[in-house]
Amino acid sequence: MIAVQSLSRHFGTIKAVDDISFNVGKGEILGFLGPNGAGKSTTMKMITTFLAPTSGTASVGGCDIIDQPIEVRARIGYLPESSPSYKDMNVYDFLMFAAEIRGYDGSERIDRVKKIMETCNLKEVAYQQIDTLSKGFRQRVGFAQAFLHDPEYLILDEPTDGLDPNQKQEVRNLIKSMGREKCIILSTHILEEVEAVCTRAIIIGSGKIVADGSPADLKAKSKRHGAVYLELENVDSNEVMTSLEKVQGVDKAEKINAEAPASEEGGKAGNLSRVRVYPMFGKSIAHEIASFVRQKNWKLERFSVEEGDLNEVFYNLTKGGAAR
Amino acid sequence: MRNFKAIFKRELKSYFESPVAYVFIVIFLLATTGCTFFISKFFENRAATLEPFFVWHPWLYLFLVPAVGMRLWSEERKSGTIELLFTLPVTMEQALVGKFFAAWLFVGIALFMTFPMVITVAYLGSPDYGIIFASYLGSFLLAGAFLAVTCLFSAMSKNQVISFVLSVVACFAMLMLGVGVFTDFLNRFFPVWLSESISAFSFFTHYQGFQRGLIDSRALVYFISIIAFMLAANAVVLERKKSE
Ligand SMILES: Nc1ncnc2c1ncn2[C@@H]1O[C@H](COP(=O)(O)OP(=O)(O)O)[C@@H](O)[C@H]1O
Ligand SMILES: [Mg+2]
Repeated sequence: MIAVQSLSRHFGTIKAVDDISFNVGKGEILGFLGPNGAGKSTTMKMITTFLAPTSGTASVGGCDIIDQPIEVRARIGYLPESSPSYKDMNVYDFLMFAAEIRGYDGSERIDRVKKIMETCNLKEVAYQQIDTLSKGFRQRVGFAQAFLHDPEYLILDEPTDGLDPNQKQEVRNLIKSMGREKCIILSTHILEEVEAVCTRAIIIGSGKIVADGSPADLKAKSKRHGAVYLELENVDSNEVMTSLEKVQGVDKAEKINAEAPASEEGGKAGNLSRVRVYPMFGKSIAHEIASFVRQKNWKLERFSVEEGDLNEVFYNLTKGGAAR
Repeated sequence: MRNFKAIFKRELKSYFESPVAYVFIVIFLLATTGCTFFISKFFENRAATLEPFFVWHPWLYLFLVPAVGMRLWSEERKSGTIELLFTLPVTMEQALVGKFFAAWLFVGIALFMTFPMVITVAYLGSPDYGIIFASYLGSFLLAGAFLAVTCLFSAMSKNQVISFVLSVVACFAMLMLGVGVFTDFLNRFFPVWLSESISAFSFFTHYQGFQRGLIDSRALVYFISIIAFMLAANAVVLERKKSE
């Protein structure tokens, strides 16, 4: 388990990380979400013992980051932001170096390195100098270095940064496949990534934790969570709006001017009205809306209940606005 | 020990994998022999001694050693690999000492390649091999002291050029402490005992002993302490600067 207790780090007057506490257990993939400058990297640097905390501490597998840094490092695989590596070395030599420091020698060391090069698809560039590699390959070298010793704890700082969509997908699959028996923290500012791979997300803004929960929990904080989206044909949208707002549990209805250029007025025959209906806090309105539409005999083209928008939650939480 | 070895090997290999290493060795050999033959007029002295060869070493090291050592930490900090290094299970001491010894051995190899000079004097006459051995030892220790100073300044800046300039200035100061003009200058302001003890810290004074064939244990202790002190200071600086 990784246990972080009141961890803080100040740079002069900047509180880069301000009294953060959380635990991550085995089998969890924790997404560290936040805008640039939120303090994600600084937190990771402290957990990996690179940076000393101003106050607070953390422990990794029972070893304290301040008292037993070497034991902590031995347990962690770390991919620093923008995956630095010795540019003048070739991939094989670099991984052999990391393997030596990780305590492997003789044929075991060679086997390890060969195996990890296979896992990370690095065989074709094994003897190529690292500074001649593309960003995607360099990232994989960083991964290979982090996974080399099959660590129980993985800390990945923006692991998909700078990769193309296919490579991103590859990396996400790799992380997901490892997540079951490891304890992983990854940072990102890409929201789909959290939804795609993480079992849990912590949103951090200006050095503080502003939300902590599963991606679904976080989406539930969205105003749109539980909202009903309707597309109705041949109705007067103004009338629809006013009548929908009278339905029990409805907070407000909103007209959506999606790609419907010719019909801003709405309500004309042959036109589609798009409406989103927001529930009052904690209310579920799907049933009520459905029966109301049936009762009114409106021609329904589409009906969907929204899960909520992580983007909106993220925006509100980290801009200091209020999500619910 | 394993980590020391890994870091030492990586560093030494990276020297020999870059063309700069060979340029350095060639410049070192050309400069030492050039100064010996053309400035000190080695042949015209008609003496089977390497003194005109060793007398140049402090002045050549002054620029060449900082050139070898400037990248040691600057480069790690600039490229961010320092974050990688110090999140691997490596202690600060292992990393410092591993890198230092790799660079020192590299300079040592360059120094070793001046052995044709020994063959030359052996051919010309019958030199005192004791003095030659002591001089080589002194030269190697002096290079180590310069290198330790360079390591320290290399940790202070991400910019190799700045590291180089700072190192040259610091090495120059350490050298000049014992040179006549400087001691005379000090004598004008300080009592003799003080200026003497300042010059007792000079690289130059201690280097000269070896050139006379003297392997003085105090001089050995001096160079080893200087190296140890500089590396300790290096650790402090690096701890503060590594994450910037
Ligand atoms: N070495 C440093 N010196 C001064 N300020 C720093 C340093 N490292 C980070 N910061 C500041 O700390 C804050 C958090 O940075 P960081 O943890 O890198 O954010 P993130 O990874 O979430 O983008 C930023 O305001 C950044 O400018
Ligand atoms: Mg970052």
